[in-house]
Amino acid sequence: MMTWKQTLVEGNERAFDPRSLTPMQKLTLRFVIVGLVYYGLAAIEGMIMRIYQIEPFSLVGTRQYFGILTAHPLVGIFGSTYMLVIGAFLFVVPYLMKKPLWSFGLANWTWGLIALGTFVFWFDGFLTHYAPLYTLYWPLPADFTQFRPLGGAIFITGIAMVMAGTALFVVNVFKTITYTPEGWERQPGRGLLASALGFTGIANLFRRRKREHLVPLPVAAIARGTVDMALNTGTILFTGVLILVYMVAEMFGTSLKHSAVDALLYKNWFWWGLDLIADGLVLIFVAGTWYLLASMITGKPVFMQNVARAALLVELVVSWTVWSHHLLSDQAQPEALKIVSGEMVTAFELVTQGLAFFITLATLWMARPLKMTNPLKFLLGGLLGFALAVPAGILQADVGLNRILHNTQWVVGPHVHVAILVGLTMTLYSAVYMLLPILTNGAKLWSQRLANFHFWGHLLGGVGMGAFMGMAGLQGMLRRTIYYNGEFLPFMILAGVSGALLLLAFGAFLLNIVMTVGLKGAIGIFTRSRLDRKELVPAPA
Amino acid sequence: MVAAVDSETVLWGQTLIYTLYALAIAAVIGWFAHRITRPARAPAVRPALFWSFVGLLVVSGVSLHIVTYNTIPWAPMDINRARITPDKSFEISVADHEFALPSDRLEIDCGDKVLFDVESRDLTYGFGLFRPDNSMVFQMQVIPGHRNDLLWEFEEDGVYSIRSTEYSGPEGIDMVVPDAVRVTGCSTQD
Repeated sequence: MMTWKQTLVEGNERAFDPRSLTPMQKLTLRFVIVGLVYYGLAAIEGMIMRIYQIEPFSLVGTRQYFGILTAHPLVGIFGSTYMLVIGAFLFVVPYLMKKPLWSFGLANWTWGLIALGTFVFWFDGFLTHYAPLYTLYWPLPADFTQFRPLGGAIFITGIAMVMAGTALFVVNVFKTITYTPEGWERQPGRGLLASALGFTGIANLFRRRKREHLVPLPVAAIARGTVDMALNTGTILFTGVLILVYMVAEMFGTSLKHSAVDALLYKNWFWWGLDLIADGLVLIFVAGTWYLLASMITGKPVFMQNVARAALLVELVVSWTVWSHHLLSDQAQPEALKIVSGEMVTAFELVTQGLAFFITLATLWMARPLKMTNPLKFLLGGLLGFALAVPAGILQADVGLNRILHNTQWVVGPHVHVAILVGLTMTLYSAVYMLLPILTNGAKLWSQRLANFHFWGHLLGGVGMGAFMGMAGLQGMLRRTIYYNGEFLPFMILAGVSGALLLLAFGAFLLNIVMTVGLKGAIGIFTRSRLDRKELVPAPA
Repeated sequence: MVAAVDSETVLWGQTLIYTLYALAIAAVIGWFAHRITRPARAPAVRPALFWSFVGLLVVSGVSLHIVTYNTIPWAPMDINRARITPDKSFEISVADHEFALPSDRLEIDCGDKVLFDVESRDLTYGFGLFRPDNSMVFQMQVIPGHRNDLLWEFEEDGVYSIRSTEYSGPEGIDMVVPDAVRVTGCSTQD
């Protein structure tokens, strides 16, 4: 029997030995560790803002508050979610394609650039209070009466590093799908690409003799989400360069005219690109992850696989045409764009995400009876999260309702936070619990009780926080502002309690993971592996 | 007398419908979680059920906008505002995080269709009307270099504050003009 201290140092039952890990396993675990550290940072920032919404306190000034508000979603999305998702996909794509990753070196660069880039923009925001928010509405990011150009330039450089790392991931994914490993029979690169992007699936819907899918369904989802990632990376990089031009000019004593950039055109351009994350790659990656988890949990193929593949392609096209729902309150935006892109095409997300929801549930249903494992319960939590958040988003993407919902706490509560914290994060936790034994060569989870608390604390905390923010939003409470006179106090107290529950749940999860792998094991993940880089998991002895 | 459909009525309806939906979907997932741990004889899912679900999603998505267009009074008025002659217009400008109003208080008669024409001279702002209890009447975005106009019909008496509903930097959080708009002459109070 091990003591608590021994377990903390050596891990549960000494089942985890970092020396047994392949370089790919170590790299994937590094992505996971950094992703969880940044999740913790984003959660602490979130809690600071929750307390500030209850009672503004002097330790955090107004400028610091908005610096946190700017960094919080970016750390959450890029530092945490991108890290976890990219790390998992760099492992899963070669795992499912049964061939080595195209470039281990490139994957290492992706890890380093995203980890460092996130630190750069977070630390810069902490020091300089550069706070144009992630929306960067023109000309605020270049408003040098409120922000210092040097601080802004460092911040944008950090974002650019993240985007550069992401671009390397995009290359690595598509090359891994299509390349022929050394010594292998030549692979049908075009056929693999057509299958990955969904053209084979679409054609199969109309063919009598169906063609075989060359890539597994989850890889197809990853490939399609990665297309959105590439487009979004390009958009953010271009926008960053534009803003940098203004900053560099200002630093050298030349103030460029803000009016040289049309604010509405810029807003359309930037939301087109930014929305490829929220309404593109997140939804597509999540659908693919649901399919992967459902088939791993049940050991059976996904229900109506051809339709699932076709729906993923439809989702990709839909994601390119929905950005205008972010501009329903912009009166200069053409009405046709508001109705077609903002309302009608956006409503299609109810269909595409609903299909993924149904297909996942049907796959699980047909494999009854199932044991209620950690991956299964977190997967169900993730499904519930999106079932709550997507309709909430569809409601606000309505010309009539948007007039009284835009920029209220409704948008950021029941839609954004429930989608990210409950839908996305619980799906990611499901994947973490599922992949943990594979990535660690059989580490044993320390405490099921802590895992249960993690589940209920996260689910109730996430749904509760979103619900109370939403109630405040329906009463008129705005996002992106500070209320000094306790205008929405009861809702903010309840949202704060829910946020604290979320933080406690994360603490329980972190403790459980540390006790599972041990401090020695955690350090060992960052040492060099002597095994072959081309092996995903150790070859059987 | 039947009360006018205003933002409070619409939000009350939304709260009711969404709450019922949220409780229902949580119950469905809870029931599902319970049932999948139980053995079943032939656990099949018929494609007909799948396609019926797809049909339900399509009808729900499209009908939402048809229903709101036909029940929320400001939705058709907003889309067709270029063809409607307002009873009163207010030209408002914003610069350096301050609203410049045409008068200290904007007076509106009951039943007037009022055009708020807001111009930004520097940053992107928001323009919203709020009741004394901080609930929102309406809002729009205010983009520099473009026309930002909103047509609204007032059918209840009330005094409203103007507030910027968009973040325009830390200096923009105090962009509130208390009691800036007053509506009189109606038989009901908002």
